[in-house]
Amino acid sequence: MRCLLALTFLLCSLLPNHATAAEKISFNRQIRPLLSDQCFACHGPDANKRKANLRLDVREEALKPAKSGAQAIVPGQPEQSELIKRIHATDPDDAMPPASTHKSLTDAQKALFHQWIAEGAEYQGHWAYLPVVKPSVDPAAGNPLDALVAARQQTLGLTLSPEADKRTLIRRLSADLHGLPAPVAEVEAFANDAAPDAYDKLVDRLLNAPAYGERMAVWWLDLVRYADSSGYHSDRERNVSPFRDYVIASFNQNKPFDQMTIEHLAGDLLPNATVEQRIGSCFNKLLLTTDEGGAQSKDYEARYLEDRVRAVGAVWLAQTWLCSQCHDHKFDPMLTKDFYSMGAFFADIEEGIIASPEPGMLVFQNPTQEQEHAQLTAARDPLQKAYDADSPELQQRFQAWQKVQRDAGVTDEAKLKLEIYKAQAPELVAVRTQLETVSAKLKSLEDATPRCIVTRSTPNKRTVRVLPRGDFLNESGSVVTAALPGYLPKPTIEGREPNRLDLAQWLVSRDNPLTARVLVNRLWKLFYGAGLSKTLEDFGLQGEMPPNAPLLDWLASEMMDRHWNVKDLVRLMVTSRTYKQTSTATPEMLVRDPENRELARQSRYRMDAEFVRDFALETSRLLVRKIGGPSVKQYQPEGYWENLNFPVRTWEASAGEGLYRRGLYTWWQRSFLHPSMLAFDASSREECTAERARSNIPQQALALLNDPSFVEAARALAGRVLKEAPGDDATRLIWIWREALQRPPNDAEKAMLTTLLTKHREQFHQDVAAAQAFTKIGAFTVGEIDPAELAAWSSVARVVLNLHEFITRS
Amino acid sequence: MHPFSPLHRRAFLTRATYGFGAAALGSLLRQDASAVGLPGILAAPHHTPKAKRVIFLSMAGGPSHLETFDYKPVLAKMDGQPMPESMTKGQQIAQLQGQALKCFAPQHGFKKYGQAGQEFCELLPLLGTMADEMCIVRSLFSEAINHDPAHMFMNTGSQIAGRPSMGAWATYGLGSEAENLPGFVVLTSLGRGGQNQPIAARQWSSGFLPSRYQGVHLRGKGDPVMYLNAPAGVTAERQQDVVKTINALNGEHDAVVHDPEIATRIAQYEMAFQMQSSVPELMDIGKEPASILDLYGCKPGDGSFAYNCLLARRLAERGVRFIQLYHKDWDHHGDIKQGIVLKAEEIDRACMALLTDLKQRDMLKDTLVIWGGEFGRTPMSQGNGRDHHNKGFSVWMAGGGVKPGTSYGATDELGYQAVQDPVEVHDLHATMQHLMGIEHTRLTYRFQGRDYRLTDIKGKVITPILA
Repeated sequence: MRCLLALTFLLCSLLPNHATAAEKISFNRQIRPLLSDQCFACHGPDANKRKANLRLDVREEALKPAKSGAQAIVPGQPEQSELIKRIHATDPDDAMPPASTHKSLTDAQKALFHQWIAEGAEYQGHWAYLPVVKPSVDPAAGNPLDALVAARQQTLGLTLSPEADKRTLIRRLSADLHGLPAPVAEVEAFANDAAPDAYDKLVDRLLNAPAYGERMAVWWLDLVRYADSSGYHSDRERNVSPFRDYVIASFNQNKPFDQMTIEHLAGDLLPNATVEQRIGSCFNKLLLTTDEGGAQSKDYEARYLEDRVRAVGAVWLAQTWLCSQCHDHKFDPMLTKDFYSMGAFFADIEEGIIASPEPGMLVFQNPTQEQEHAQLTAARDPLQKAYDADSPELQQRFQAWQKVQRDAGVTDEAKLKLEIYKAQAPELVAVRTQLETVSAKLKSLEDATPRCIVTRSTPNKRTVRVLPRGDFLNESGSVVTAALPGYLPKPTIEGREPNRLDLAQWLVSRDNPLTARVLVNRLWKLFYGAGLSKTLEDFGLQGEMPPNAPLLDWLASEMMDRHWNVKDLVRLMVTSRTYKQTSTATPEMLVRDPENRELARQSRYRMDAEFVRDFALETSRLLVRKIGGPSVKQYQPEGYWENLNFPVRTWEASAGEGLYRRGLYTWWQRSFLHPSMLAFDASSREECTAERARSNIPQQALALLNDPSFVEAARALAGRVLKEAPGDDATRLIWIWREALQRPPNDAEKAMLTTLLTKHREQFHQDVAAAQAFTKIGAFTVGEIDPAELAAWSSVARVVLNLHEFITRS
Repeated sequence: MHPFSPLHRRAFLTRATYGFGAAALGSLLRQDASAVGLPGILAAPHHTPKAKRVIFLSMAGGPSHLETFDYKPVLAKMDGQPMPESMTKGQQIAQLQGQALKCFAPQHGFKKYGQAGQEFCELLPLLGTMADEMCIVRSLFSEAINHDPAHMFMNTGSQIAGRPSMGAWATYGLGSEAENLPGFVVLTSLGRGGQNQPIAARQWSSGFLPSRYQGVHLRGKGDPVMYLNAPAGVTAERQQDVVKTINALNGEHDAVVHDPEIATRIAQYEMAFQMQSSVPELMDIGKEPASILDLYGCKPGDGSFAYNCLLARRLAERGVRFIQLYHKDWDHHGDIKQGIVLKAEEIDRACMALLTDLKQRDMLKDTLVIWGGEFGRTPMSQGNGRDHHNKGFSVWMAGGGVKPGTSYGATDELGYQAVQDPVEVHDLHATMQHLMGIEHTRLTYRFQGRDYRLTDIKGKVITPILA
């Protein structure tokens, strides 16, 4: 083993991204990450914590002599540079970085500094903040992605792996573009389609099917922190599901990403905003809110502001602005003042601060409903007015009635009120009856109509101050107005305070260097397993400069050139030769590039929680393919919500088709996310999440083995075998394997399944009670099948649905 | 017989090692270690630990320090009089916002216990017998004043969701020796007063740390762990057949695709299967002698705090690194007098029993027990109750290297503000980690470009309370 490890080090050290003396040092790639990580906390942008008045993030500052005469960096003269002296110092008083920071530089890193200063200590702008410039690619070279991948691979002596077989390709494409398995018939058709455009046609078909929007929504809903509950404390239900429908529809209609962005942040501010645009503005309302008794408005006003600023930073810019809430950012040029000025963009959002979720806007499902609602409202209003009307005559009759009542011995004042009188007054019977009828109709229409919480702007904006150290009790900070951060290029807006619409337009303007880069990097991850820069959530100075920076910039330019056409970019990504490679790594590849950063193969990884469910339910044909609508409740262990309160709630599983919807429609309770979703790393969506963990833990085994949803799916799949697959056991085993894995089993695999089937068949025939108990799990009925036979085949189906290969995208 | 014999396992690993290439080695080694527990990130603790494990008794809702561990005779004298405005002006106030603030006398008497004369509520006489083991800190303060953020702050050192909880940090750093049990376990119990404030699973989340460090909620009802039990009609043997076939097929596939995740997947299925017997065995307190059940005052499966304390001891014995018990119903906005009577009944014997039991097994010396809520309660009345209060409140610790029979810190004479040796929540975390052998500034995780730690940018070890 030791030999192998030594070999690993040897091979790694041969990789050319370790600079050799012959190459010139790249500031952005080699020096800035070191400076940022090791030095900026004390010698960076945060003026309050800056030590020795030395700033290393700005060249002019780093070159200024200190009072002592020492100069941190003397270009061309490492020996004269205080920085070099200090990083080599052994005296603890002089050594940098100080021991107390637990940071340290290796000898190789020290040598890099030495060489860099010797070469003139040139600085470069941070890669992600520089304008996006499109690298030129030979138009004859085919898919430009491949050309750019090849350009880098050539410098490393790497090449692409062979193309994956067609069964693997269709399985991969279906997983990536739909989050669903490819039906066997389609697999066979594709495998036998020799036409040169078969692959491209498949991609187009998948991109144009509605499941594409559902798949993209799973990604996007994590980013925008979409959930069915308010988050804090009582974690109340909130009406937001039309927003999910909007997201699915937006991806399916291929709404340009700039437009989607504008609708998210400022749909309500668009002229003559449509219902759709207003639903988009639900984004501003997806944050955690509270209705906890005793919560202070100022406290939560600050929390909501901070959340929204973090969200803009996280969703569009991959900036970790959170840090600037309390102090100027340690690594990035984001100042505290910038943070609160950004918060001021949201000061116009009308909302109760300490409040239960508002019911939201009615979202009519068709024009007839909307008309009906208008008619009923038009009918109700005059009736209500008539009923509410006050007059001297009414008062006279009321007082007369009161006298009669009192004379009759009624003393309870509650029974002598005006509304009691009106409820029985003969002269009001007609209007009251009509009003009740109309109101009841209106109510039943409204009850049947989904609602969506949307953004409403108020002219009474909240005052926004800089909160020193983020402390809401400290009102000494200066009042700020909405402003875009100082460190990024921005338009001049004169004569008025910019608003959310300006903010959104700035995010998607051609001059903004971040949004397109961030977007394409995250899309890349969906189809290649990791971002080109692996720090999906941080394009600040601590973020990783992508090894293939020209590729990222080409994609970002292309995204903007194509007017933010997401489908086009997705198509480019999944039709490249790079995408089509096999994901099977050779042992050499695993040694040389374990994380597959250089794309000499495709990636293999376990699918997201929602798709694990979708694959099982679709393979068993339990999945109900209905798009959109309110969230549903699959089976969930009893008592899982026992720690929810105000009010106490129990999870009532949906009836009928609600049990079999795709994972993305699962009821998303932030404080207690469905345990199977949680086991597979679904986000609780309390904060915007750019990247889910991809863990491999025992809870996943327990869920796949024992969650009634998966047990029922196995039983349904067994039912399919017995009904749909004629023939002997061997034939049927091949059938089930193909259904689940899109390939035939090999002999060893067949033998193992046969052993299990034979043993369990025998056992269940002897223990029919057990077979019957098993076949009662879940609401689905398979039909007239011998329970022992069904149970035995269910064991096989459980095995298949639990396989690593089944839940892996390869 | 052990269904997955070590021999089989080794043979598989050897074969797999040749098949995988070196990159898989790290994952294999890690996975091999997981057969005897969960590995942590530290090769060795930063210094010799005093506490091998922590049992954190979270009193959810905010216990009144003024009726439990912080006696204030001056407050009694000032009962009904206005609180000095100089004390409260400009500070965070919860439900009493905008109301007249009046002093409210301690509603129960206090007593001195043990040789050290530790002073606490007279309703806790059994705990009093262990007073000489306890270290009472009366000067804790928190940033947060509402339950949800205050729990988050107490558990994760931050009021923003998404940070790892202290149990996740502990297992991330040190791993766990528990075989076939999670390294971080959470138990919850309800109180009888009806003020059962909600708590969210985020309180035991691993946040941005890898998911395997998340707390696992062991429940008194239904499956103790989510989906632990095999489906109806599937015996342990049949379940084992299924798991073995899954693992064998996964191994077969691995020979073709060389996917390092497969070895981990196989290990997780083994672990899951083992848990199907190890967890019920853990939860079955029926085999405890009657003397132990009497000591705790609980019955098998009664779901009480006492029952959870007994489970905590059993978890501690099995090497679980971090055990957190939530006991709810401390939110005494009204009728605090009667409320405290109920709570005292629920915890007095249970806490005494836990300390006694650990001590008699010689485990108290390396088990750190911490008792405390997310905040305390106001010296001011709210009707006949008290409001939330975060400026000063009490916790106590025992065992695991804290100085026994001592007190530390104090609030002012009205019990409002921690004035003598104030202790931040970050300090409590730093001290806890110190006792576990972790230097709190050195256990970090890179997230969003920053090295995060449980103590954020703060925290100092409270050295005077170290034994």
